[in-house]
Amino acid sequence: MFSGYDFDVIQRSLPYLFRDGMTFTVTLTLLAMTGGIVFGTLLAMMRLSSFAPFSLVAGSYVNLMRSLPLVLVIFWFFFLVPYIGGWIVGAPRPIAVGAFWSAVITFTMFEAAYYCEIMRAGIQSIPRGQVAAGQALGLNYWQTMGHVILPQAFRNMLPVLLTQTIILFQDTSLVYVISATDFLGAAAKIANRDYRLVEMYTFVAAVYFVISFALSALVKRLQSRMAIVQ
Amino acid sequence: MRYNWDWSIYFQRASDGSGTWLHYLFVGLAWTLATALAAWVIALVVGSIVGTLRTTPSKWIVRLGNAYVEIFRNIPLLVQMFLWFFVLPELLPKGLGDAVKQIPPPWGSYLPAVLSLGIYTSVRVAEQVRAGIQSLPRGQRMAGTALGLTLPQNYRFVLLPMAFRIILPPLTSEFLNIIKNSSVALTIGLLELTGRARAMQEFSFKVFEAFAAATVIYLVTNMIVVVLMRALERRVRVPGFIGTTAKAPQAGH
Repeated sequence: MFSGYDFDVIQRSLPYLFRDGMTFTVTLTLLAMTGGIVFGTLLAMMRLSSFAPFSLVAGSYVNLMRSLPLVLVIFWFFFLVPYIGGWIVGAPRPIAVGAFWSAVITFTMFEAAYYCEIMRAGIQSIPRGQVAAGQALGLNYWQTMGHVILPQAFRNMLPVLLTQTIILFQDTSLVYVISATDFLGAAAKIANRDYRLVEMYTFVAAVYFVISFALSALVKRLQSRMAIVQ
Repeated sequence: MRYNWDWSIYFQRASDGSGTWLHYLFVGLAWTLATALAAWVIALVVGSIVGTLRTTPSKWIVRLGNAYVEIFRNIPLLVQMFLWFFVLPELLPKGLGDAVKQIPPPWGSYLPAVLSLGIYTSVRVAEQVRAGIQSLPRGQRMAGTALGLTLPQNYRFVLLPMAFRIILPPLTSEFLNIIKNSSVALTIGLLELTGRARAMQEFSFKVFEAFAAATVIYLVTNMIVVVLMRALERRVRVPGFIGTTAKAPQAGH
């Protein structure tokens, strides 16, 4: 099975795969995670708001994103962002947005819907009495949320948020459809140039496996430690 | 900054000459559903077996099941699809590999797409089946044993009928996921709904009309599936049992 396997092509392309490809993947994952959790938490607060228009808008947004395939959303934003950008700066034609920033915006907006549902469950896991206690102490809405509810909700949901981030890390490989050079994209370019598909794709699968497996083992440990604390 | 909408595009002839663009997109929906349904059969069968095996008393079978789940959960779907499509034919014996490569389109993309999607989803089904069995009160398994049922009988008549009813809501969302995830197959050349929307955008230059139509079709398909599954859930409900596990938040798509 390994008789015609060319380990050399992997070794030669390591710098390109990791310096260009993996840097793209990791940066995209971290930016989208940060943006997604912030935006997702705001969406969760809107969804739980007693002001009907807020919960309606947030609810529709989350349901829309969760009903669409990520690939379709990537295409939408890839073509939409240049138009919206042009509209914001008042340019007469769509502005050029690189694949990277297009991907960052797409994944932030898409994952926010999933982070929102997690944060919503987190906020709802806090007893309502704590909101009342905050109000009785004279805290306003933002103070109650920022100092009392969200820190606990965030802690309770940390394992699920991290698991979602591992999924996000794997999903970033879909930027392949807009020809971005992420880890998979870099490998695909070499695979096609040198006609070394077997080597490159098995290597990519192994690297994704090792990283995701290690991260999910960490999350599992975190989860069991938290179970003791609770 | 303006975009010229042209909604009549749907009724103009598609570039492949088979009919209107609208018809072209609906053929895509048919491929999406054909891929999702075939993959769902694999996912349900393999997932149920693996999920059940992971709750058996045998340590080695549980480990084997865990290994299967970890492997196919930690590799992105797109990479798995490439493995089935590009790599597998090369690893097979030469004659067989060449035969696989010569499967005419669209079946040459359809089969790897169904396989990868089915196996990828089977892992998530296995997790649900395992969680469903483990959520049953311990007394049920003991009662089955006390009645003299063998282990397979216990699963067949007591544990699995309960577990499947409990996990029906999460299985519904897995089925919705498989419909959405089938769009990844466009990367190996299967012209399903998203792939056809992309092709329509490329050939007709009507970017947003193409994606808007695909969006609406996905939303309506979603709604139909949800309504059908709610009806199924009502039919098979065991009083007092549904809704006990569905509340916990889960990461995923």
